Amino acid sequence: MTDLLVRGGRVIDPSRGTDGLADVLMRDGRIEAVGRNIPAGPGTSVLDAAGKVVAPGLIDIHVHLREPGFEQAETIASGAMAAAAGGFTAVCAMPNTDPVTDSQATVGFVLRQATRAGKARVYPIGAVSMGQRGEQLTEFGEMVEAGAVAVSDDGKPVASSHLMRTALEYAKTFGIPVADHCEDLSLARGGAMHEGLVSARLGLKGIPSAAEEIMVARDIILADLTGGRLHLCHMSTRGSVELIRRAKEKGLRVTAEATPHHFTLTHDRCLGYDTSAKMSPPLREAADRDAIRAGLRDGTIDCIASDHAPHHYDAKEREFDDAPNGIVGLETALGLAIRELVEPGILTLPELIALMSTRPARAFGIPGGTLAVGAPADLVVLDPSCRWVVRAEELHSISTNSPFLGETLVGRAQVTVVAGQVVYDCSDCSDS
Amino acid sequence: MTAPSPPAALPALGKDLVGLEPLSAGQIRLILDTAEPFKEVSERAIKKVPALRGKTIVNLFFEPSTRTRISFEFAEKRLSADTVNVAASGSSVSKGETLVDTARNLEAMRIDMVVIRHGASGAAQFLGNRIRSNVINAGDGMHEHPTQGLLDLLTLRDRFGRIEGLKVALCGDVLHSRVARSNIWGLLKLGAEVAVCGPATLIPREFAELGVQILPRIEDAIAWADALNVLRLQLERMEAGFVPSLREYNRVFGVTRRRLERAPRDLVILHPGPMNRGVEIDSDVADGPFSVILPQVTNGVAVRMAVLYLLAGGAPDWRSPAGGGAGKPDD
Repeated sequence: MTDLLVRGGRVIDPSRGTDGLADVLMRDGRIEAVGRNIPAGPGTSVLDAAGKVVAPGLIDIHVHLREPGFEQAETIASGAMAAAAGGFTAVCAMPNTDPVTDSQATVGFVLRQATRAGKARVYPIGAVSMGQRGEQLTEFGEMVEAGAVAVSDDGKPVASSHLMRTALEYAKTFGIPVADHCEDLSLARGGAMHEGLVSARLGLKGIPSAAEEIMVARDIILADLTGGRLHLCHMSTRGSVELIRRAKEKGLRVTAEATPHHFTLTHDRCLGYDTSAKMSPPLREAADRDAIRAGLRDGTIDCIASDHAPHHYDAKEREFDDAPNGIVGLETALGLAIRELVEPGILTLPELIALMSTRPARAFGIPGGTLAVGAPADLVVLDPSCRWVVRAEELHSISTNSPFLGETLVGRAQVTVVAGQVVYDCSDCSDS
Repeated sequence: MTAPSPPAALPALGKDLVGLEPLSAGQIRLILDTAEPFKEVSERAIKKVPALRGKTIVNLFFEPSTRTRISFEFAEKRLSADTVNVAASGSSVSKGETLVDTARNLEAMRIDMVVIRHGASGAAQFLGNRIRSNVINAGDGMHEHPTQGLLDLLTLRDRFGRIEGLKVALCGDVLHSRVARSNIWGLLKLGAEVAVCGPATLIPREFAELGVQILPRIEDAIAWADALNVLRLQLERMEAGFVPSLREYNRVFGVTRRRLERAPRDLVILHPGPMNRGVEIDSDVADGPFSVILPQVTNGVAVRMAVLYLLAGGAPDWRSPAGGGAGKPDD
C-alpha cells in the first residue's frame, strides 16, 4: 500500500481542537502523521491541498440506501459513491429495506455489498423489531457482532412504549444507541405536510408538531427510566429542540440529529404541491427552522444527518397525498450547511465539521471523525468557498429527488479518502 | 388613431382555472360579468350558442358527482363543444393508471380542455402543469372548487347587488371543504367580510391569519352575517371522530328556523349541495323564502359557461363570435 501525503491544506480536526496549515501523511489505512513539512518518501503519492480545507471524513449517521429491495432507487454501491462525492467517508444505513435488516445475515449482506463497492464505509443499523412490525425485539447481540452500530425502526416510530423501553434497556448490554423516528401515528396518520397555514390553504391534511414532540417527550422519559442511549432522528420542531435541551441539562444520554432540509426550508416550499418538498417529518415553520439552527449552534443537536431518501424518478411524479416522503441529501448536505450555517455566521467552519464528523462518530460510537495518529485514514479535502449548481445529471445517486436542483450551494468536497485510498476526486471539477 | 383591441386569443385568466386563490379581483369580476349574458342563453327555447364549436372537452371525474358534472356538461353543450365524460370507475384509472399517464393520453388525443374532479388536493394543478390543454378544477380534494365559489359569488351579487362589504359566514365542516376555501378567497378578494363557524374540530384556526373571523357558535354567525353558506357535513366526519353524532351536530350547529328568527336581519341562505336535511340545515330553511339554493344551481351553468368561454380565449364580446352567425342573441 502506498503512502498518501495531503500537503499544505488548512487542517481542521475538531476531535483535537486544531485548525491550521499542516500536512497529513497516511500509511496502511491509518493516519501516520500530522504536522508541518512532512517529507514525501519514495513512492508516496502527494495530494496538493493548498488553499483547501482538510478535515476528518464526514459521517452521515442516517441514510437510506434502498438495497436490498428497491434497487431502482439506489443501491449500496451507488449510495456509497454519492456519499464519497458528498465528502462522506462513512454512512449508517437504515434498515427499512426489503427484506428488513433485522438479522445477522441481513447485516452481513449490507457490509459485503459495501466492501464490494469500495467507496464510503457503510455501517448497518439493525431494526429494533422483527420486520419493523413493532412487536418482537430483534437479536441486537447477533446484529452487533455482525457489524450493526445502532438499532432503529426508522421510517416508522416505535409506537409501543413498552417496546421502546425494552429496546433501550436491552441495547445497554451492547453499548449501542436506539435511534427513534418520533411520530405519534394517531395524530400524524394521513398527513402529508406540516399542519399550519400552508396546509390549510392547500387543503392537505397536516401533521401537527405535537405528533413529533409527544414521542420525543416519551422517549426522553424512557431514557431517564432505563438509562439507555437514545438517539432522536431528524428533529424538526422548536418544541423538540426545547425538550432535548432540558434532557441534556438533566444529564440524560440523549443525542439528536437535524437534516439540512429542516435547517434550510419551511413548509412554504410545499406551495404548488411540489412533491420534492414532501418529507417525514415535514418541513415546518420559520420559527422551527430557526430553533433547529439555534440547537445546532448551542450543541443541543449533536449532528447533521442527511436522511438521504432516494426515490425512483416517477415515484414523486404524482398527487401530493400519494407521493413518497424524502429527498436525496448526501451530495447537497455540505453545500447547504456551509451556505445556510457558516456563511450567515451561525457556525464556524470547524464547528460545522464537528457536527458532520466528530460528533456523529461519537453519537454512534463508530471510528473516524478524527485525524489523530493511528485513526482510520478517512479524510476529505474540501473547498469551502466553491459555489456550484446542483444538477440532476451530475449527481451520483441513482435518484435525483431533491428540492435543491438548480440551486447554487457553497462548498464542496474535492477529494475524499477512505482508508488512505482516494475514492472520489473532483479537484478539477469547478463551476465557481 | 385608436389603440388596437387585444387579440381574442389573449387569455384573460391564464391557461387553467385551478382555484380562486391565484386570481385577481379583476379576473373574478370578469368571470362574473361574462356569466351575466350567459344566464340568458339558458332561458332561451334553443339553448345554444356556437362559441366553442369544434372544441373538444373531457369531463374527467375521479370522484362521483351528479350536480357538478351535469352542470359542466350543460355549460359545454350550450356552448356547442364536443364533450366526453370519463368516470374513474369505467376507465383505466381503476386499473391503477397514474394521473400522469392519464394526462399524457389525453394530451395525445389533442383535446382542448379537461374538467377534472379528483379526491387529491392539487390534482388539477398537477394536470395543468403537465398538459397543454386548458384545465378546469371541478373540485380537488380539500383544496378548491372554484366554479362553486364563483357561482356562490354570482348568487350573492344577484341578491345584494354587490359583494364588497357583505358579511358572509361559512358554516360547518370548513376543514375538509374545498367550497369553503374557494369562497374565502373569492369573497376576500372582492372585499367581503368572511367568518367561519363550526365545531373547533372542523375549523382550521390558521384561517384567522388570512383575515377570516372565527365564530364559535352558530348563533354568533347568525347574529353577525348577511348571508350564511351552509356546508355539507359528511357522514365520514362523524365516523372519524370529528363530531360525536349528527343529532348533536344539528342541535348545536344546525341552521334552523328557530335560530334564524332571532336574527337581527333577514339572512340569505346558500348551500352547495347535496344537503343533509335535518343535519346542517333544516328543511324549512332550505325550502324557505331566504334560501337561494336553487338560484345557485341555475347560476352554476352560467358561471361555467363563462369560465369555459374565457379559458378558450374568448373575448368578453361573445355575442359576435367569429365564423358563426347562429350565436346572435334573439333581440
